[in-house]
Amino acid sequence: MSVNNKRESDSPIGRRRMKSIRANYELYLLILFPVVYFIIFKYWPMYGVQIAFKDFSASKGIWGSPWVGFDHFRRFFDSYNFWQIIRNTVYLSFLNLAIAFPIPIIVALMLNQLRQQRLKRFIQTTIYAPYFISTIVLVGMLYVFLSPSSGLVNNVIKMFGGEPILFAGESAWFRPMYIFSSVWQETGFASIVYLAALSGIDPHLHEAAVVDGASKWKRIRHIDLPGIAPTIVVLFILAIGNLMNVGFEKAFLLQKDLNVDVSEIIPTYVYKIGIQRAQYSFSAAIGLFNALINLVLLYVVNKSAKKISGNGLF
Amino acid sequence: MLNRRTKSDIWFDLFNYVFLGGFTLMILYPLYFIVIASISSPDRIFSGDVWFWPRDITFDGYRRIFQDPTIWLGYRNSIVYAAISAFISTTLVIMAAYPLSRKDFYGRSTFMVFFLITLFFNGGIIPTYLMMKDIHLIDSMWAVILPSAVDAFLIIIAKTFFQELPEELREAAAIDGCRNLRYLTSIVLPVSKPIIAVLVLFAVVRQWNGFFDALIYLSDGDKFPLQLVLRNILIQSQPSGNLVNDVDTLLAKQRVTELIKFGVIIVAALPLLVLYPFLQRYFVKGVMVGSVKG
Repeated sequence: MSVNNKRESDSPIGRRRMKSIRANYELYLLILFPVVYFIIFKYWPMYGVQIAFKDFSASKGIWGSPWVGFDHFRRFFDSYNFWQIIRNTVYLSFLNLAIAFPIPIIVALMLNQLRQQRLKRFIQTTIYAPYFISTIVLVGMLYVFLSPSSGLVNNVIKMFGGEPILFAGESAWFRPMYIFSSVWQETGFASIVYLAALSGIDPHLHEAAVVDGASKWKRIRHIDLPGIAPTIVVLFILAIGNLMNVGFEKAFLLQKDLNVDVSEIIPTYVYKIGIQRAQYSFSAAIGLFNALINLVLLYVVNKSAKKISGNGLF
Repeated sequence: MLNRRTKSDIWFDLFNYVFLGGFTLMILYPLYFIVIASISSPDRIFSGDVWFWPRDITFDGYRRIFQDPTIWLGYRNSIVYAAISAFISTTLVIMAAYPLSRKDFYGRSTFMVFFLITLFFNGGIIPTYLMMKDIHLIDSMWAVILPSAVDAFLIIIAKTFFQELPEELREAAAIDGCRNLRYLTSIVLPVSKPIIAVLVLFAVVRQWNGFFDALIYLSDGDKFPLQLVLRNILIQSQPSGNLVNDVDTLLAKQRVTELIKFGVIIVAALPLLVLYPFLQRYFVKGVMVGSVKG
């Protein structure tokens, strides 16, 4: 049976729907503003992604520019630094994931074992603080601490009779600086979620384990860790889904001519090609390529996580 | 109570104190060092004398910073941007989240999907830049405020909060003839201070610390937020002429520049670092609500 719109509004369900819409018309007026905002600022750029398959020229606009298919993608794959950029992006992301992801979990597990509430609060407040420091200030701090002439780190090296290191100018130091500053800045804040998950674990489990003579270490391994495993899995999936989105801001600020061979990652390259050299279509193609890898990763990891542990994001 | 400690527990606690103590120190010492360095003589910093106490205390760095018009302008711009962003962001998020929290809001799952999609797809830098060009926002203060004002994550946080308000409250109000808008403004908003605080904070922190939108959309130095002014000083070591133009030799200039760096780090980070211990619990709450819903 087919129901056209006119008949539907006569049917009981349609009438109830119309009635509820009319009674709540104010809610639709409210949501209209954010919807318009999202259409302009989020969906319009999505529509603009098509310039990755076109030769965009400002005079013809997005709609009028001619299609060129996958030309820009091919050009990117064939460019001499394609593999270098991909390698830098993947390497930096994996390194960050391998080091900066587990540390908040360890910190949360250890904090959770502290009995003195005041000490715990003091440590928490302290380690959250760097999260409120901007990336520019963070990189500025790195530079003043690592400065070859006056930096604290080089002063220590000199004190022990070593030669000062030009951290900012050596490729070998780009990744350590990047990862260490991430750990310094984000560990405290990232541990919040795990601490919340830990506080949700039934205290009876711990009491029973203590009666059975389990040590703190054993309780962490057999009660705390399994208890927060679902949280870890979800955050891990999210981290993987963002793998190729390594922070543009910090890489961009830490980048110098001297370390560009390791610091050029997809986001900084997109910025250079697109904003600085105004090659809009080529740059949009690189950005789209990056976004697609992310989506595929997110999908694959979510699927396998569901299969292995039964926890997934969607 | 949990009082039985095995021998391994004692070792564990010992290790724990050392581990957490070391970690806390690693966070705290750099912050402390910046403070003492900012009031020490640059010569003493260069020779490596400054470790735990300031040496040859001087406020020369701060004097120069406070006399520099570009830093003040950046400060003013950042405050204006943060205030307007906080207002726009909070208003829009509530306008989206409140209807979505209502079970009798027909079409809410469709709207929800409409917002959620943007968490997983976005146009990317270049299409967004072209959109900003098309609507003529480039080089205006709105370019710094609007593109990042709202995101779906904030809507989820606020929606989760509103959903927990008791349904009976609204029914009672409806019986008394209270319509939706009145109900929202005179009953929901007054009891929603915690979530409003979270939304305002997220907006202020993001705006205060962000520089990317300003970097790509602004070319007019008079509109630069504090972070872009800082970038010249901290990253590119190019303090504006006013900061060091009375210093004669190149070496002295370099030293004064270093001193200024310590000072501006404090000046830039201080507002949030002073505020956050008071606001921390709101933040923690916001992050937790958000994480539950992913």
